[in-house]
Amino acid sequence: MGTAKKALLLAGLLLAGSACGAAEGGGGAGADWLSWRADDDVTNTASLQRGARNFMGYCFGCHSLKYERYSRLASDLAISTEELQQYLLAPGDKPANYILTIMPDADAVAWFGKTAPDLSLMARARSTDYLYQFLKTFYIDPTRPTGGNNLRLTAAAMPAVLSELEGLKRAVFKDEQKPGADGKLMTEQVFDHFEAVTPGRLSAAEYDKFVHDTVNFLDYVGEPTQVARRALGIWVVLFLLVFTWLAWLLKQEYWKDVH
Amino acid sequence: MAAAAAPSEPEVKSGGVVAWIYKRFPVQEFVSDTLTGYYAPKNFNIWYFFGSLALVVLVLQLATGIFLTMFYKPGAASAFDSVEFIMREVQWGWLIRYLHSSGASIFFIVVYLHMFRAMLYGSYKAPRELLWLIGMVVYFALIAEAFLGYVLPWGNMSFWGAQVIVNLFGTIPVIGPGVVEWIRGDYGIADATLMRFFALHVAAVPLALLLFVMLHLVALRRTGSNNPDGIEIKARVGADGHPLDGIPFHPYYTVKDIVGVGVMLVVLAIVVFFAPSFGGLFLEGANFEPANPLSTPEHIAPVWYFTTYFAILRAVPDQRLSALLMFSAVALFVFLPWLDRSPVKSMRYRGVLSRGALGLFAVSFIALGYLGLQPAEGLYVILARIFAAIYFAFFLLMPWYSRIDKVKPVPDRVTYHGHG
Repeated sequence: MGTAKKALLLAGLLLAGSACGAAEGGGGAGADWLSWRADDDVTNTASLQRGARNFMGYCFGCHSLKYERYSRLASDLAISTEELQQYLLAPGDKPANYILTIMPDADAVAWFGKTAPDLSLMARARSTDYLYQFLKTFYIDPTRPTGGNNLRLTAAAMPAVLSELEGLKRAVFKDEQKPGADGKLMTEQVFDHFEAVTPGRLSAAEYDKFVHDTVNFLDYVGEPTQVARRALGIWVVLFLLVFTWLAWLLKQEYWKDVH
Repeated sequence: MAAAAAPSEPEVKSGGVVAWIYKRFPVQEFVSDTLTGYYAPKNFNIWYFFGSLALVVLVLQLATGIFLTMFYKPGAASAFDSVEFIMREVQWGWLIRYLHSSGASIFFIVVYLHMFRAMLYGSYKAPRELLWLIGMVVYFALIAEAFLGYVLPWGNMSFWGAQVIVNLFGTIPVIGPGVVEWIRGDYGIADATLMRFFALHVAAVPLALLLFVMLHLVALRRTGSNNPDGIEIKARVGADGHPLDGIPFHPYYTVKDIVGVGVMLVVLAIVVFFAPSFGGLFLEGANFEPANPLSTPEHIAPVWYFTTYFAILRAVPDQRLSALLMFSAVALFVFLPWLDRSPVKSMRYRGVLSRGALGLFAVSFIALGYLGLQPAEGLYVILARIFAAIYFAFFLLMPWYSRIDKVKPVPDRVTYHGHG
């Protein structure tokens, strides 16, 4: 009886605590977006599998992974051939094929003004934090041809394709006085916070997980060998330490003669 | 302790393959001349590891480079893809490539420390001026080799880095623009540039490097090694004709250097297996995007080992002057044997002026290296100017401060505190 009450009380306190934490996040939702970290973990195979699913479902329509083969993806991510065929393989593709989008370049240029970049190395080129921030800072902007804009990549050519999941949000800017190059005060629009406009299919936490998994997957694709690399590295360093220790003993033995 | 074999009387063993070779090839003389009969001072400290380490890294770079050449496809259309092919599909390709890319950085760390050792103990002073000069040729070849190699992956930083560096030659009066075009082989950095950089990187410069490294060692055989006390050990010879403070390079320094190699390999392995990009210092993020003449990276910065010179280049607004200053910053090392007027070699017996100057120089070199990685604006530029001034003052004022510096008496024999 008493324990149950205590547990309830504790749960209540924890909830209140987390709510406080969320409210404390600065001048409103998303104000601290530049400090958001992807905190990804490429050893989390389940997350990578979900990320692969997300990629094939939401990115692959326009973006390729031209250096990654389906078969490599399947073997690295512990996906069986049947699952690969059923859930990931694009129609007409074979497992040995590279993951290439079917969107023609000419169409991409006509629709978005440029071809969608290949994402094989994007995590290495821009960092996972960048990708995480990018996917979470789309906002409504009627002045853009796509109707949307992005804090991380201003005037992004990419439309807010994930808004179906995340929902639509508006960015609220505030005026800030800053000294310009000529020393005079200039008014500059500075991002303040996001305002939800319409909800998406996913809750905020679910969408955050979706982005985490997707970025994690892109981190893996950036360097598919990285897990094996680190695992091997421990043994190589241990071997070299033993080798160096033995070499030092040998050196001590020889140098006994030197006076 | 093996005694040196007499050069003219090779001991010929009867019969067998070994004797057959000995009669036709001076194996023993070579081993005795370069290893067992080469007497090195017994008081080498940690600074004396870096020469042999540089040799080991050179071999590592040659070996990994040969394997990379088997899969790398030069050419603007294929280079970037082939590097990713090596990273992803070639068996152990990622390891070979990371060893080579990290090896380049380790090479510079080791060579910079090797050069600093020479400045610390006056190793460039008479009679080792030529040894130093040949070493400088090796250094210049290494700079060229690293720059050329950085262009080969044909990433966007490769492209724009090449653009910036090659354009520096355009500041040469009159012939500048022609020289730039001649280097590029085109009106811009293009396929022709990449192809010739590949040829130079895998054939021409490595051959020069090997030749001058060999000559560097040949010159060392003549003068013998300097040591932390800056004393000529050949001046005190024992009854056996060998220097009293010398010990045969083999086995004493071979077994000692193997320990150094082990430590270096541990460091290399930690980089290769756990931080091959080294936070963007060894492999830059922008270089994971293919070369794109239409998209300039946000900050064009060379790899860390060139940033000291890059900071000097950006410290001065005038293009011609800044290029001249940058090349001088590299070249001034050549004149050290003649700029240094101190009667003693080692910093151990020099006064506060020489020691302070070298300390300030080291601080400036590192500070400029840091500043070269930062955007060229505001305080960074001012600091770069200050440190560049100290950098040049170190060389240009050396004839003055090294002469008036109060030196301590140099002992007759090296300082060595036995073992164990």
